[in-house]
Amino acid sequence: MKNESTHSSSDDRRPVIEVRQLTKRFGEVTAVDGITFDVFQGELFGFLGPNGAGKTTTINVVTGLARPDSGNFRISGLECTQNPRVAQHLMGVVPDESNLYPELTGFENLCFCAALYGMPKRERRIRAAELLKTVGLSDAAQRKFGGYSKGMKRKLTIAAGIIHSPQILFLDEPTTGIDVASARQIRQLIAGLHEGGTTIFLTTHYIEEAERLCERIAFVVKGKVVQMDTVANLLQPVQQKKAMLFSVSNMFGDLCGKLAAAFPGLECSTVSSRQLRIESAHSISIGPVVRFMEDQGIEVTEARRLTPSLEEVFVRITDIELDAMRKEKEKSGGSQ
Amino acid sequence: MKWWIAFWNIVLKDMRAYYLKPPNISWGLMFPVAWTGMFFIRSGLGFESIPSLLPGVVSISVLFGTTSMLAVTVTFEKKNRSFERLLLAPIPLELLMLAKTGGAIFFGFLNAFVPIFVALFLADLSTIDWLTLLPAVMLIAVVSTFLGLWIAVSVSEVFEAQTFSNFFRFPMIFLCGLFFPVESLPVFLRPLSYVLPLTYGVDILHGTTHGNHTMPFALDFAVLTGACLLLFFMSLRNIHRSWIA
Repeated sequence: MKNESTHSSSDDRRPVIEVRQLTKRFGEVTAVDGITFDVFQGELFGFLGPNGAGKTTTINVVTGLARPDSGNFRISGLECTQNPRVAQHLMGVVPDESNLYPELTGFENLCFCAALYGMPKRERRIRAAELLKTVGLSDAAQRKFGGYSKGMKRKLTIAAGIIHSPQILFLDEPTTGIDVASARQIRQLIAGLHEGGTTIFLTTHYIEEAERLCERIAFVVKGKVVQMDTVANLLQPVQQKKAMLFSVSNMFGDLCGKLAAAFPGLECSTVSSRQLRIESAHSISIGPVVRFMEDQGIEVTEARRLTPSLEEVFVRITDIELDAMRKEKEKSGGSQ
Repeated sequence: MKWWIAFWNIVLKDMRAYYLKPPNISWGLMFPVAWTGMFFIRSGLGFESIPSLLPGVVSISVLFGTTSMLAVTVTFEKKNRSFERLLLAPIPLELLMLAKTGGAIFFGFLNAFVPIFVALFLADLSTIDWLTLLPAVMLIAVVSTFLGLWIAVSVSEVFEAQTFSNFFRFPMIFLCGLFFPVESLPVFLRPLSYVLPLTYGVDILHGTTHGNHTMPFALDFAVLTGACLLLFFMSLRNIHRSWIA
Protein backbone atom coordinates (compact mmCIF):
# COMPACT_ATOMS: atom_id res chain seq x y z
CA MET A 1 0.00 0.00 0.00
CA LYS A 2 1.46 3.33 -1.02
CA ASN A 3 -0.52 5.57 1.21
CA GLU A 4 -3.27 5.37 3.73
CA SER A 5 -5.12 7.96 5.68
CA THR A 6 -8.54 7.98 7.17
CA HIS A 7 -11.37 10.35 6.58
CA SER A 8 -11.33 13.18 9.09
CA SER A 9 -14.74 12.20 10.34
CA SER A 10 -13.66 8.54 10.57
CA ASP A 11 -11.36 9.28 13.49
CA ASP A 12 -14.20 9.50 15.97
CA ARG A 13 -16.04 6.51 14.53
CA ARG A 14 -15.28 2.96 15.54
CA PRO A 15 -14.28 0.45 12.89
CA VAL A 16 -17.06 -2.07 12.18
CA ILE A 17 -15.13 -4.07 9.60
CA GLU A 18 -11.49 -4.75 10.48
CA VAL A 19 -9.57 -6.84 7.98
CA ARG A 20 -5.93 -7.78 8.58
CA GLN A 21 -3.58 -9.46 6.11
CA LEU A 22 -6.43 -11.41 4.53
CA THR A 23 -5.35 -13.92 1.90
CA LYS A 24 -7.45 -16.27 -0.18
CA ARG A 25 -6.08 -18.63 -2.82
CA PHE A 26 -7.83 -20.81 -5.37
CA GLY A 27 -5.22 -23.37 -6.31
CA GLU A 28 -2.33 -21.49 -7.88
CA VAL A 29 -4.27 -18.22 -8.09
CA THR A 30 -4.08 -15.77 -5.21
CA ALA A 31 -7.40 -13.96 -5.42
CA VAL A 32 -6.90 -11.86 -2.28
CA ASP A 33 -3.30 -11.14 -1.34
CA GLY A 34 -2.76 -9.99 2.23
CA ILE A 35 -5.17 -7.07 2.25
CA THR A 36 -5.68 -4.88 5.30
CA PHE A 37 -8.34 -2.24 5.77
CA ASP A 38 -10.91 -0.84 8.19
CA VAL A 39 -14.40 0.38 7.45
CA PHE A 40 -15.83 2.77 10.01
CA GLN A 41 -19.33 2.93 11.40
CA GLY A 42 -21.69 4.74 9.05
CA GLU A 43 -19.06 5.00 6.34
CA LEU A 44 -19.60 4.35 2.64
CA PHE A 45 -16.42 2.57 1.68
CA GLY A 46 -15.60 1.79 -1.93
CA PHE A 47 -13.61 -1.18 -3.14
CA LEU A 48 -12.65 -0.26 -6.66
CA GLY A 49 -10.89 -2.42 -9.17
CA PRO A 50 -11.19 -4.20 -12.50
CA ASN A 51 -12.84 -7.60 -12.91
CA GLY A 52 -10.81 -10.30 -11.23
CA ALA A 53 -9.21 -7.90 -8.75
CA GLY A 54 -10.50 -9.89 -5.77
CA LYS A 55 -13.44 -7.69 -4.79
CA THR A 56 -16.11 -10.40 -4.70
CA THR A 57 -13.77 -12.89 -3.04
CA THR A 58 -13.12 -10.36 -0.27
CA ILE A 59 -16.87 -9.97 0.31
CA ASN A 60 -17.34 -13.75 0.24
CA VAL A 61 -14.68 -14.26 2.88
CA VAL A 62 -15.88 -11.47 5.14
CA THR A 63 -19.52 -12.56 4.94
CA GLY A 64 -18.77 -16.22 5.55
CA LEU A 65 -19.27 -17.69 2.08
CA ALA A 66 -15.58 -18.56 1.77
CA ARG A 67 -12.80 -19.36 4.19
CA PRO A 68 -9.58 -17.32 4.25
CA ASP A 69 -6.21 -19.05 3.86
CA SER A 70 -4.62 -16.59 6.27
CA GLY A 71 -5.27 -13.29 8.00
CA ASN A 72 -8.16 -12.37 10.22
CA PHE A 73 -11.17 -10.10 10.36
CA ARG A 74 -13.63 -8.69 12.86
CA ILE A 75 -17.17 -7.46 12.30
CA SER A 76 -18.57 -5.02 14.87
CA GLY A 77 -15.85 -6.10 17.26
CA LEU A 78 -16.70 -9.80 16.89
CA GLU A 79 -13.85 -12.08 15.88
CA CYS A 80 -15.23 -13.76 12.77
CA THR A 81 -12.26 -15.43 11.12
CA GLN A 82 -13.15 -18.88 12.38
CA ASN A 83 -16.91 -18.40 12.60
CA PRO A 84 -18.35 -15.59 10.44
CA ARG A 85 -21.89 -16.73 11.29
CA VAL A 86 -21.65 -14.93 14.65
CA ALA A 87 -22.01 -11.60 12.85
CA GLN A 88 -24.38 -12.58 10.05
CA HIS A 89 -27.39 -11.00 11.78
CA LEU A 90 -25.63 -7.63 11.49
CA MET A 91 -24.95 -7.91 7.76
CA GLY A 92 -26.93 -7.52 4.60
CA VAL A 93 -25.40 -8.83 1.40
CA VAL A 94 -26.31 -7.91 -2.16
CA PRO A 95 -24.38 -10.28 -4.41
CA ASP A 96 -23.10 -9.46 -7.88
CA GLU A 97 -25.85 -11.65 -9.37
CA SER A 98 -29.56 -11.28 -8.63
CA ASN A 99 -30.07 -14.56 -6.81
CA LEU A 100 -33.66 -14.44 -5.62
CA TYR A 101 -36.21 -17.17 -6.33
CA PRO A 102 -37.69 -17.04 -9.86
CA GLU A 103 -40.79 -19.04 -8.82
CA LEU A 104 -41.79 -16.52 -6.14
CA THR A 105 -43.28 -13.08 -6.69
CA GLY A 106 -41.39 -9.93 -5.73
CA PHE A 107 -43.45 -9.61 -2.56
CA GLU A 108 -43.02 -13.28 -1.63
CA ASN A 109 -39.28 -13.07 -2.18
CA LEU A 110 -38.95 -10.13 0.20
CA CYS A 111 -41.19 -11.78 2.82
CA PHE A 112 -39.12 -14.96 2.57
CA CYS A 113 -35.85 -13.06 2.99
CA ALA A 114 -37.30 -11.24 6.01
CA ALA A 115 -38.34 -14.57 7.51
CA LEU A 116 -34.75 -15.81 7.24
CA TYR A 117 -33.90 -13.13 9.80
CA GLY A 118 -36.71 -14.20 12.13
CA MET A 119 -39.05 -11.30 11.35
CA PRO A 120 -42.68 -12.00 12.37
CA LYS A 121 -45.29 -12.31 9.59
CA ARG A 122 -47.07 -8.98 10.03
CA GLU A 123 -43.80 -7.07 10.34
CA ARG A 124 -42.28 -8.68 7.24
CA ARG A 125 -45.34 -7.97 5.12
CA ILE A 126 -45.28 -4.30 6.10
CA ARG A 127 -41.52 -4.05 5.53
CA ALA A 128 -41.75 -5.84 2.15
CA ALA A 129 -44.50 -3.50 0.93
CA GLU A 130 -42.53 -0.49 2.16
CA LEU A 131 -39.34 -1.58 0.38
CA LEU A 132 -41.18 -2.42 -2.84
CA LYS A 133 -42.43 1.15 -2.81
CA THR A 134 -38.95 2.51 -2.07
CA VAL A 135 -37.40 0.70 -5.03
CA GLY A 136 -40.36 1.52 -7.29
CA LEU A 137 -41.60 -2.03 -7.72
CA SER A 138 -44.99 -1.82 -6.02
CA ASP A 139 -46.76 -2.41 -9.34
CA ALA A 140 -44.70 -5.55 -9.97
CA ALA A 141 -45.07 -6.89 -6.42
CA GLN A 142 -47.31 -9.79 -7.45
CA ARG A 143 -45.32 -10.71 -10.56
CA LYS A 144 -42.90 -13.61 -10.46
CA PHE A 145 -39.24 -12.61 -10.03
CA GLY A 146 -38.31 -14.78 -13.03
CA GLY A 147 -40.26 -12.39 -15.28
CA TYR A 148 -38.57 -9.21 -14.03
CA SER A 149 -36.19 -7.16 -16.20
CA LYS A 150 -32.51 -7.00 -15.23
CA GLY A 151 -32.91 -3.61 -13.57
CA MET A 152 -35.99 -4.73 -11.64
CA LYS A 153 -34.18 -7.87 -10.49
CA ARG A 154 -31.27 -5.79 -9.26
CA LYS A 155 -33.52 -3.42 -7.35
CA LEU A 156 -35.40 -6.28 -5.70
CA THR A 157 -32.12 -7.99 -4.81
CA ILE A 158 -30.98 -4.81 -3.07
CA ALA A 159 -34.32 -4.59 -1.28
CA ALA A 160 -33.83 -8.19 -0.13
CA GLY A 161 -30.37 -7.28 1.19
CA ILE A 162 -31.76 -4.51 3.40
CA ILE A 163 -35.06 -6.15 4.38
CA HIS A 164 -33.80 -6.72 7.95
CA SER A 165 -32.31 -3.20 8.24
CA PRO A 166 -28.72 -4.41 8.61
CA GLN A 167 -26.06 -2.31 10.32
CA ILE A 168 -23.55 -3.25 7.61
CA LEU A 169 -24.42 -3.65 3.95
CA PHE A 170 -22.18 -5.34 1.40
CA LEU A 171 -23.02 -4.28 -2.14
CA ASP A 172 -21.22 -6.19 -4.87
CA GLU A 173 -21.33 -4.37 -8.21
CA PRO A 174 -24.89 -3.12 -7.62
CA THR A 175 -25.27 -1.25 -10.91
CA THR A 176 -23.40 -3.53 -13.29
CA GLY A 177 -25.25 -4.35 -16.47
CA ILE A 178 -28.41 -2.34 -15.91
CA ASP A 179 -29.98 0.63 -17.65
CA VAL A 180 -29.13 4.25 -16.81
CA ALA A 181 -32.41 5.03 -15.06
CA SER A 182 -32.25 1.94 -12.82
CA ALA A 183 -28.59 2.59 -12.02
CA ARG A 184 -29.47 6.15 -11.02
CA GLN A 185 -32.31 4.94 -8.78
CA ILE A 186 -30.00 2.42 -7.15
CA ARG A 187 -27.35 5.07 -6.50
CA GLN A 188 -29.99 7.27 -4.89
CA LEU A 189 -31.07 4.35 -2.74
CA ILE A 190 -27.47 3.70 -1.67
CA ALA A 191 -26.97 7.37 -0.83
CA GLY A 192 -30.20 7.30 1.19
CA LEU A 193 -29.07 4.25 3.17
CA HIS A 194 -25.75 5.93 3.87
CA GLU A 195 -27.50 9.05 5.11
CA GLY A 196 -29.59 6.81 7.35
CA GLY A 197 -26.41 5.58 9.06
CA THR A 198 -25.88 2.20 7.41
CA THR A 199 -22.24 1.22 6.98
CA ILE A 200 -21.81 0.33 3.32
CA PHE A 201 -19.05 -1.69 1.70
CA LEU A 202 -19.42 -1.12 -2.02
CA THR A 203 -17.47 -2.91 -4.69
CA THR A 204 -17.56 -1.53 -8.19
CA HIS A 205 -15.49 -1.15 -11.30
CA TYR A 206 -17.31 2.06 -12.19
CA ILE A 207 -14.90 4.80 -11.11
CA GLU A 208 -17.44 7.61 -11.43
CA GLU A 209 -19.86 5.68 -9.23
CA ALA A 210 -17.25 5.24 -6.50
CA GLU A 211 -16.24 8.90 -6.78
CA ARG A 212 -19.84 10.04 -6.56
CA LEU A 213 -20.89 7.86 -3.63
CA CYS A 214 -17.95 6.88 -1.46
CA GLU A 215 -16.21 8.65 1.39
CA ARG A 216 -13.09 6.50 1.19
CA ILE A 217 -11.92 4.28 -1.60
CA ALA A 218 -9.49 1.41 -1.81
CA PHE A 219 -8.01 0.68 -5.24
CA VAL A 220 -7.67 -3.06 -5.62
CA VAL A 221 -5.55 -4.67 -8.29
CA LYS A 222 -4.63 -8.35 -8.50
CA GLY A 223 -5.84 -9.04 -4.98
CA LYS A 224 -3.90 -6.19 -3.37
CA VAL A 225 -4.99 -2.81 -2.05
CA VAL A 226 -2.66 -0.46 -3.93
CA GLN A 227 -4.05 2.81 -2.56
CA MET A 228 -6.64 3.74 0.04
CA ASP A 229 -7.75 7.20 1.02
CA THR A 230 -10.59 9.69 1.07
CA VAL A 231 -11.83 10.80 -2.34
CA ALA A 232 -10.57 14.33 -1.66
CA ASN A 233 -7.08 13.11 -0.76
CA LEU A 234 -6.95 10.80 -3.75
CA LEU A 235 -7.87 13.67 -6.06
CA GLN A 236 -5.30 16.05 -4.62
CA PRO A 237 -2.33 15.17 -6.88
CA VAL A 238 -4.37 15.65 -10.04
CA GLN A 239 -6.09 18.77 -8.75
CA GLN A 240 -2.72 20.47 -8.31
CA LYS A 241 -2.13 20.16 -12.04
CA LYS A 242 -4.01 21.85 -14.85
CA ALA A 243 -4.76 19.65 -17.80
CA MET A 244 -6.14 20.14 -21.31
CA LEU A 245 -7.09 17.81 -24.09
CA PHE A 246 -6.48 18.90 -27.67
CA SER A 247 -8.17 17.14 -30.57
CA VAL A 248 -6.44 17.57 -33.91
CA SER A 249 -7.38 16.53 -37.42
CA ASN A 250 -3.86 15.45 -38.31
CA MET A 251 -0.69 14.87 -36.36
CA PHE A 252 2.84 14.30 -37.61
CA GLY A 253 6.39 14.55 -36.33
CA ASP A 254 7.33 14.83 -32.67
CA LEU A 255 4.65 17.36 -31.81
CA CYS A 256 4.89 16.71 -28.09
CA GLY A 257 8.63 17.26 -28.13
CA LYS A 258 8.21 20.52 -30.04
CA LEU A 259 5.51 21.75 -27.67
CA ALA A 260 7.59 20.95 -24.61
CA ALA A 261 10.53 22.83 -26.12
CA ALA A 262 8.41 25.85 -27.06
CA PHE A 263 6.53 26.03 -23.76
CA PRO A 264 8.79 25.18 -20.83
CA GLY A 265 6.73 23.81 -17.93
CA LEU A 266 4.22 22.03 -20.17
CA GLU A 267 4.07 18.28 -20.13
CA CYS A 268 2.65 16.75 -23.27
CA SER A 269 1.51 13.20 -23.95
CA THR A 270 -0.20 11.57 -26.90
CA VAL A 271 -3.60 10.09 -25.94
CA SER A 272 -4.43 8.78 -29.41
CA SER A 273 -3.48 9.46 -33.03
CA ARG A 274 -5.70 12.54 -32.92
CA GLN A 275 -5.53 13.63 -29.29
CA LEU A 276 -2.91 15.32 -27.14
CA ARG A 277 -2.95 15.84 -23.41
CA ILE A 278 -1.12 18.81 -21.99
CA GLU A 279 -0.45 19.33 -18.29
CA SER A 280 1.09 22.14 -16.33
CA ALA A 281 1.47 23.25 -12.73
CA HIS A 282 0.13 26.65 -13.83
CA SER A 283 -2.90 27.59 -15.90
CA ILE A 284 -2.52 26.90 -19.59
CA SER A 285 -3.22 29.64 -22.14
CA ILE A 286 -5.03 27.99 -24.99
CA GLY A 287 -4.33 30.66 -27.65
CA PRO A 288 -0.53 30.41 -27.90
CA VAL A 289 -0.65 26.61 -27.86
CA VAL A 290 -3.25 26.47 -30.63
CA ARG A 291 -1.35 29.04 -32.72
CA PHE A 292 1.88 27.06 -32.27
CA MET A 293 0.23 23.90 -33.50
CA GLU A 294 -1.35 25.68 -36.46
CA ASP A 295 2.09 27.08 -37.35
CA GLN A 296 3.24 23.47 -37.47
CA GLY A 297 0.49 22.75 -40.03
CA ILE A 298 -1.80 20.99 -37.57
CA GLU A 299 -5.48 21.84 -37.46
CA VAL A 300 -6.91 21.95 -33.92
CA THR A 301 -10.55 20.87 -33.89
CA GLU A 302 -11.19 21.03 -30.16
CA ALA A 303 -9.46 22.22 -27.00
CA ARG A 304 -11.00 21.29 -23.68
CA ARG A 305 -9.99 21.81 -20.06
CA LEU A 306 -10.03 18.54 -18.11
CA THR A 307 -11.71 18.34 -14.74
CA PRO A 308 -9.61 16.31 -12.31
CA SER A 309 -11.23 12.90 -11.86
CA LEU A 310 -10.69 9.77 -9.88
CA GLU A 311 -10.33 7.94 -13.15
CA GLU A 312 -7.04 9.75 -13.74
CA VAL A 313 -5.85 8.90 -10.24
CA PHE A 314 -6.77 5.28 -10.77
CA VAL A 315 -4.91 5.10 -14.06
CA ARG A 316 -1.81 6.75 -12.59
CA ILE A 317 -1.71 4.44 -9.61
CA THR A 318 -2.65 1.17 -11.21
CA ASP A 319 -1.30 1.63 -14.74
CA ILE A 320 -4.58 0.21 -15.97
CA GLU A 321 -5.49 2.07 -19.13
CA LEU A 322 -8.73 4.01 -19.30
CA ASP A 323 -9.61 2.17 -22.48
CA ALA A 324 -9.35 -1.17 -20.72
CA MET A 325 -11.74 0.00 -18.01
CA ARG A 326 -14.16 1.36 -20.61
CA LYS A 327 -14.09 -1.88 -22.55
CA GLU A 328 -14.77 -3.71 -19.32
CA LYS A 329 -17.81 -1.52 -18.73
CA GLU A 330 -19.08 -2.13 -22.22
CA LYS A 331 -18.47 -5.86 -21.91
CA SER A 332 -20.51 -6.00 -18.73
CA GLY A 333 -23.27 -4.06 -20.47
CA GLY A 334 -23.03 -1.31 -17.91
CA SER A 335 -24.20 2.22 -18.22
CA GLN A 336 -23.26 5.32 -16.33
CA MET B 1 -33.40 -14.53 16.68
CA LYS B 2 -36.51 -16.64 16.14
CA TRP B 3 -35.01 -19.57 14.28
CA TRP B 4 -38.30 -21.38 13.96
CA ILE B 5 -39.60 -18.60 11.69
CA ALA B 6 -36.69 -19.10 9.30
CA PHE B 7 -37.00 -22.90 9.55
CA TRP B 8 -40.72 -22.98 8.83
CA ASN B 9 -40.51 -20.49 5.96
CA ILE B 10 -37.72 -22.43 4.24
CA VAL B 11 -39.84 -25.60 4.44
CA LEU B 12 -42.94 -23.77 3.14
CA LYS B 13 -41.04 -22.04 0.33
CA ASP B 14 -39.54 -25.31 -0.90
CA MET B 15 -42.89 -27.07 -0.80
CA ARG B 16 -44.60 -24.28 -2.72
CA ALA B 17 -41.82 -23.75 -5.21
CA TYR B 18 -40.69 -27.28 -5.97
CA TYR B 19 -42.63 -30.19 -4.52
CA LEU B 20 -45.68 -30.28 -6.71
CA LYS B 21 -43.69 -29.96 -9.91
CA PRO B 22 -43.95 -32.65 -12.64
CA PRO B 23 -40.49 -34.23 -12.08
CA ASN B 24 -41.29 -34.94 -8.45
CA ILE B 25 -44.73 -36.30 -9.22
CA SER B 26 -43.38 -38.59 -11.95
CA TRP B 27 -40.48 -39.91 -9.84
CA GLY B 28 -42.35 -40.01 -6.54
CA LEU B 29 -45.68 -41.45 -7.70
CA MET B 30 -45.83 -42.52 -11.35
CA PHE B 31 -42.60 -44.48 -11.31
CA PRO B 32 -43.42 -46.56 -8.19
CA VAL B 33 -46.94 -47.26 -9.47
CA ALA B 34 -45.61 -48.42 -12.85
CA TRP B 35 -42.90 -50.51 -11.23
CA THR B 36 -45.34 -52.20 -8.87
CA GLY B 37 -47.84 -52.82 -11.64
CA MET B 38 -45.10 -54.65 -13.49
CA PHE B 39 -44.34 -56.90 -10.50
CA PHE B 40 -48.00 -57.45 -9.76
CA ILE B 41 -48.82 -58.59 -13.30
CA ARG B 42 -45.63 -60.67 -13.54
CA SER B 43 -46.38 -62.53 -10.27
CA GLY B 44 -49.88 -63.50 -11.42
CA LEU B 45 -50.86 -64.10 -7.80
CA GLY B 46 -53.83 -61.77 -7.65
CA PHE B 47 -54.90 -59.33 -4.93
CA GLU B 48 -53.86 -61.64 -2.10
CA SER B 49 -50.21 -60.83 -2.94
CA ILE B 50 -50.74 -57.12 -2.23
CA PRO B 51 -49.63 -57.18 1.46
CA SER B 52 -46.35 -58.82 0.44
CA LEU B 53 -45.82 -56.31 -2.41
CA LEU B 54 -46.79 -53.28 -0.33
CA PRO B 55 -43.47 -52.86 1.58
CA GLY B 56 -41.60 -52.69 -1.74
CA VAL B 57 -44.00 -50.17 -3.27
CA VAL B 58 -44.02 -48.00 -0.18
CA SER B 59 -40.22 -48.02 0.02
CA ILE B 60 -39.78 -47.26 -3.66
CA SER B 61 -42.27 -44.36 -3.44
CA VAL B 62 -40.45 -42.85 -0.51
CA LEU B 63 -36.96 -43.46 -1.91
CA PHE B 64 -37.58 -42.01 -5.36
CA GLY B 65 -39.80 -39.18 -4.14
CA THR B 66 -37.38 -37.86 -1.55
CA THR B 67 -34.08 -38.27 -3.42
CA SER B 68 -35.50 -36.54 -6.52
CA MET B 69 -36.56 -33.51 -4.47
CA LEU B 70 -33.17 -32.82 -2.96
CA ALA B 71 -31.56 -32.53 -6.40
CA VAL B 72 -33.83 -29.54 -6.95
CA THR B 73 -34.07 -27.93 -3.53
CA VAL B 74 -30.35 -28.11 -2.87
CA THR B 75 -28.29 -28.67 -6.06
CA PHE B 76 -30.42 -26.37 -8.23
CA GLU B 77 -30.36 -23.60 -5.64
CA LYS B 78 -26.61 -24.01 -5.25
CA LYS B 79 -26.19 -23.77 -9.00
CA ASN B 80 -28.25 -20.56 -9.36
CA ARG B 81 -26.65 -19.14 -6.20
CA SER B 82 -29.89 -18.67 -4.28
CA PHE B 83 -28.51 -21.15 -1.73
CA GLU B 84 -25.97 -18.44 -0.79
CA ARG B 85 -28.88 -16.43 0.54
CA LEU B 86 -29.63 -19.25 2.97
CA LEU B 87 -25.98 -19.64 3.93
CA LEU B 88 -25.89 -15.92 4.77
CA ALA B 89 -28.94 -16.16 7.03
CA PRO B 90 -28.11 -16.08 10.74
CA ILE B 91 -29.27 -19.63 11.45
CA PRO B 92 -27.12 -22.65 12.30
CA LEU B 93 -26.14 -24.74 9.28
CA GLU B 94 -27.63 -27.85 10.92
CA LEU B 95 -31.01 -26.15 11.24
CA LEU B 96 -30.81 -24.82 7.70
CA MET B 97 -30.20 -28.29 6.30
CA LEU B 98 -32.98 -29.75 8.45
CA ALA B 99 -35.29 -27.12 6.97
CA LYS B 100 -34.14 -27.95 3.43
CA THR B 101 -34.85 -31.63 4.09
CA GLY B 102 -37.96 -31.19 6.25
CA GLY B 103 -40.30 -30.75 3.31
CA ALA B 104 -38.83 -33.74 1.48
CA ILE B 105 -39.28 -35.92 4.57
CA PHE B 106 -42.88 -34.78 4.91
CA PHE B 107 -43.62 -35.41 1.22
CA GLY B 108 -41.81 -38.75 1.33
CA PHE B 109 -43.97 -39.76 4.29
CA LEU B 110 -47.13 -38.71 2.43
CA ASN B 111 -45.95 -40.51 -0.74
CA ALA B 112 -45.81 -43.74 1.23
CA PHE B 113 -49.51 -43.53 1.94
CA VAL B 114 -50.58 -43.24 -1.68
CA PRO B 115 -49.99 -46.96 -2.38
CA ILE B 116 -51.30 -47.85 1.09
CA PHE B 117 -54.49 -45.91 0.39
CA VAL B 118 -54.97 -47.68 -2.96
CA ALA B 119 -54.25 -51.08 -1.34
CA LEU B 120 -56.98 -50.43 1.26
CA PHE B 121 -59.57 -50.92 -1.49
CA LEU B 122 -57.95 -54.03 -2.95
CA ALA B 123 -56.80 -56.13 -0.02
CA ASP B 124 -57.36 -56.81 3.66
CA LEU B 125 -54.89 -54.65 5.57
CA SER B 126 -56.46 -55.20 8.99
CA THR B 127 -53.47 -57.19 10.23
CA ILE B 128 -50.99 -54.35 9.71
CA ASP B 129 -49.17 -53.20 12.85
CA TRP B 130 -49.67 -49.47 12.26
CA LEU B 131 -47.87 -48.38 15.41
CA THR B 132 -44.65 -49.92 14.16
CA LEU B 133 -45.24 -49.16 10.49
CA LEU B 134 -45.68 -45.41 10.93
CA PRO B 135 -42.32 -44.72 12.63
CA ALA B 136 -40.67 -47.11 10.17
CA VAL B 137 -42.06 -45.19 7.20
CA MET B 138 -40.93 -41.96 8.83
CA LEU B 139 -37.40 -43.30 9.33
CA ILE B 140 -37.28 -44.58 5.72
CA ALA B 141 -38.33 -41.09 4.59
CA VAL B 142 -35.61 -39.51 6.75
CA VAL B 143 -32.84 -41.88 5.66
CA SER B 144 -33.81 -41.58 1.96
CA THR B 145 -33.94 -37.79 2.23
CA PHE B 146 -30.54 -37.65 3.89
CA LEU B 147 -29.16 -39.98 1.20
CA GLY B 148 -30.56 -37.51 -1.35
CA LEU B 149 -29.01 -34.64 0.61
CA TRP B 150 -25.61 -36.31 0.67
CA ILE B 151 -25.82 -36.86 -3.09
CA ALA B 152 -27.08 -33.32 -3.69
CA VAL B 153 -24.21 -31.69 -1.82
CA SER B 154 -21.63 -33.95 -3.44
CA VAL B 155 -22.31 -32.74 -6.99
CA SER B 156 -22.68 -29.38 -8.69
CA GLU B 157 -25.26 -29.98 -11.44
CA VAL B 158 -28.88 -31.13 -11.17
CA PHE B 159 -28.40 -33.80 -13.84
CA GLU B 160 -25.38 -35.12 -11.93
CA ALA B 161 -27.52 -35.39 -8.81
CA GLN B 162 -30.19 -37.36 -10.70
CA THR B 163 -27.63 -39.66 -12.29
CA PHE B 164 -25.72 -40.18 -9.06
CA SER B 165 -29.05 -40.87 -7.29
CA ASN B 166 -29.87 -43.62 -9.78
CA PHE B 167 -26.50 -45.17 -9.09
CA PHE B 168 -27.83 -45.88 -5.59
CA ARG B 169 -31.58 -46.12 -6.18
CA PHE B 170 -31.82 -48.78 -8.84
CA PRO B 171 -29.48 -51.30 -7.17
CA MET B 172 -31.41 -50.71 -3.93
CA ILE B 173 -34.61 -51.95 -5.58
CA PHE B 174 -33.00 -55.36 -5.99
CA LEU B 175 -30.61 -55.45 -3.07
CA CYS B 176 -32.79 -54.26 -0.18
CA GLY B 177 -35.41 -57.00 -0.18
CA LEU B 178 -38.16 -54.83 -1.66
CA PHE B 179 -39.58 -57.52 -3.94
CA PHE B 180 -37.18 -60.46 -3.41
CA PRO B 181 -35.97 -61.61 0.03
CA VAL B 182 -32.34 -60.75 0.71
CA GLU B 183 -31.79 -64.47 1.42
CA SER B 184 -32.63 -65.28 -2.22
CA LEU B 185 -29.75 -63.11 -3.46
CA PRO B 186 -26.38 -64.67 -4.37
CA VAL B 187 -24.21 -65.00 -1.24
CA PHE B 188 -21.62 -62.49 -2.50
CA LEU B 189 -24.29 -59.78 -2.83
CA ARG B 190 -25.81 -60.21 0.60
CA PRO B 191 -23.16 -58.19 2.52
CA LEU B 192 -23.95 -55.29 0.20
CA SER B 193 -27.63 -55.56 1.11
CA TYR B 194 -26.84 -55.26 4.78
CA VAL B 195 -24.75 -52.14 4.19
CA LEU B 196 -27.75 -50.36 2.66
CA PRO B 197 -30.02 -48.80 5.29
CA LEU B 198 -33.17 -49.35 3.24
CA THR B 199 -32.81 -53.12 3.83
CA TYR B 200 -33.59 -52.52 7.51
CA GLY B 201 -36.55 -50.26 6.75
CA VAL B 202 -38.02 -52.76 4.32
CA ASP B 203 -37.53 -55.53 6.90
CA ILE B 204 -39.73 -53.60 9.35
CA LEU B 205 -42.37 -53.02 6.66
CA HIS B 206 -42.46 -56.73 5.79
CA GLY B 207 -42.80 -57.55 9.47
CA THR B 208 -45.63 -55.09 10.04
CA THR B 209 -47.65 -55.93 6.89
CA HIS B 210 -47.40 -59.73 6.74
CA GLY B 211 -45.21 -60.75 9.67
CA ASN B 212 -42.30 -61.95 7.58
CA HIS B 213 -39.19 -60.15 8.84
CA THR B 214 -35.67 -61.50 9.35
CA MET B 215 -34.15 -59.15 11.92
CA PRO B 216 -35.36 -57.81 15.28
CA PHE B 217 -37.22 -54.50 14.92
CA ALA B 218 -34.95 -52.93 17.53
CA LEU B 219 -31.92 -53.64 15.35
CA ASP B 220 -33.72 -52.33 12.25
CA PHE B 221 -34.66 -49.07 13.99
CA ALA B 222 -31.19 -48.66 15.48
CA VAL B 223 -29.45 -49.13 12.10
CA LEU B 224 -31.87 -46.74 10.37
CA THR B 225 -31.33 -44.07 13.04
CA GLY B 226 -27.57 -44.49 12.83
CA ALA B 227 -27.66 -44.22 9.03
CA CYS B 228 -29.74 -41.03 9.26
CA LEU B 229 -27.20 -39.41 11.58
CA LEU B 230 -24.23 -40.59 9.52
CA LEU B 231 -25.65 -39.32 6.21
CA PHE B 232 -26.70 -35.98 7.74
CA PHE B 233 -23.30 -35.26 9.24
CA MET B 234 -21.50 -36.42 6.10
CA SER B 235 -23.63 -33.91 4.16
CA LEU B 236 -22.80 -31.09 6.58
CA ARG B 237 -19.11 -31.98 6.29
CA ASN B 238 -19.35 -31.83 2.49
CA ILE B 239 -20.97 -28.39 2.64
CA HIS B 240 -18.26 -27.11 4.97
CA ARG B 241 -15.51 -28.59 2.81
CA SER B 242 -16.73 -27.74 -0.68
CA TRP B 243 -19.38 -25.03 -0.49
CA ILE B 244 -17.82 -22.76 2.12
CA ALA B 245 -14.28 -23.29 0.86
